[in-house]
Amino acid sequence: MAKAGSKLKIDGNGKPLWLVLELTYRCPLKCPWCNNPLDFDELKNELTTEEWKKVLRDARAIGSLQLGFSGGEPMLRPDLEELVDEGNRLGYYTNLITSGMGLSKDRLSELKRCGLKQIQLSLQHSNREKNDIMVGVQSHDEKMAVIEEIKAQGFPVVLNVPLSRYNIEAVDDIIDMAARTGVEYIEFANIQYYNWALLNRAALLPTREQIEYAEARVNEARKRLGNKPTIYFVVPDYFDGRPKACMNGWGAIHLTIAPDGSALPCQEAQVMEGVDFPNVRDNDLGWIWRESPAFEMYRGDAWMKKPCVDCDEKEKDFGGCRCQAYLLTGDATNTDPACSKSRHFDIIQSAVAAARITSGPQMPLVMRSRGAINGKMRLIRP
Amino acid sequence: MTLSNTPFNPLDRPAINPLFLFRWEEQEQAYLLLYPEGIIKLNDSAGNILNLCDGERTMESIIAELKVLFGADDIDGDIYNFMEVARGKGWIKAED
Repeated sequence: MAKAGSKLKIDGNGKPLWLVLELTYRCPLKCPWCNNPLDFDELKNELTTEEWKKVLRDARAIGSLQLGFSGGEPMLRPDLEELVDEGNRLGYYTNLITSGMGLSKDRLSELKRCGLKQIQLSLQHSNREKNDIMVGVQSHDEKMAVIEEIKAQGFPVVLNVPLSRYNIEAVDDIIDMAARTGVEYIEFANIQYYNWALLNRAALLPTREQIEYAEARVNEARKRLGNKPTIYFVVPDYFDGRPKACMNGWGAIHLTIAPDGSALPCQEAQVMEGVDFPNVRDNDLGWIWRESPAFEMYRGDAWMKKPCVDCDEKEKDFGGCRCQAYLLTGDATNTDPACSKSRHFDIIQSAVAAARITSGPQMPLVMRSRGAINGKMRLIRP
Repeated sequence: MTLSNTPFNPLDRPAINPLFLFRWEEQEQAYLLLYPEGIIKLNDSAGNILNLCDGERTMESIIAELKVLFGADDIDGDIYNFMEVARGKGWIKAED
């Protein structure tokens, strides 16, 4: 008789099961851990509504099933509802990943009507003042109001809390607030260090003791509260010597489309200079996914060197993250330095050790904002 | 409303949890359950059972239809067991 069900194979049988549309890099917040590119403000030519709809159709045709609308802040696109409607019509499971800014009652009910299934709302702190300082904009009260409205419209509330040293000690208060307001899920996502987060890493990276504290508080809360809310705690790769199985491998199941139509194997991939990422305006999405050089580049394990190539964990973690290897070692074919078997592991270890020194409150941060970064200096260095 | 920890009874009308999206996927030739964190590809019998969990049909009528569909008679216990497993996983809920 029926077994309860079986998970789809992790390789997705060659299909891009997860599709993320970064509708825009524009955002009202200035989070200094943003994973958008440092030069986000140089991008002007966002895809049009019709171009996004074509992406949705073409990705369904090659097997995409899960759809995330992200950004930047996707609410800044007035055509979001139209795109959710199209995604739902095509049979996707539609997720909205938002700061909550601009998610008015009217837009929320329209999104519901269009078939939106889930909303992931970011929150930085349970304390209004601290939350607003962290993102550089008054937003705490609006986010709280959005939580209420999401509940009122019958969506489950999924809080996404990016963890850094600035909010790690608020884990208890955030859980209490969530339990009190009837939030269903909290994901404590230790910040991944790319782009703005990497720029500000010395100020953001928690100490090992802080991570252990947070995890212990989460475990205690799970015992006390059961699954009200369900709490996820994503173990950060900097602290356990094992690399993350990033994207389940390059070009395996994940496809991101950047605001200008660049097709990426992950949201961070544009950090790799010299890789020519194909654009949906110029190329067929099926060709992009199956054959384009950028997606073939680190697919499978043919690119691997030692120690990955001989490693008995290569089927499990795929050598870790290509972008992190590139950013921290200068060569994307190196083992992810978060792996204790990497000869660059000291880069990660020294950052963790330095967190003990830099963990004082006096470190300034660069807020994500237009003109904050000069990305051209490297081009003129001798 | 049936309490979630009481067993299904013949007049319950199981329905897919609205958090999940249940549908046929032509490319997989299978029923899928899509939910926030993932995708479950159902085998034939699981898919055919959930396909009848529309919040309208009672357990009685679901089992009667499945007997015809599967060409088998002695399946009541199996279907009840499956429903409990499916509810435990949060896929369905009982309405009466």
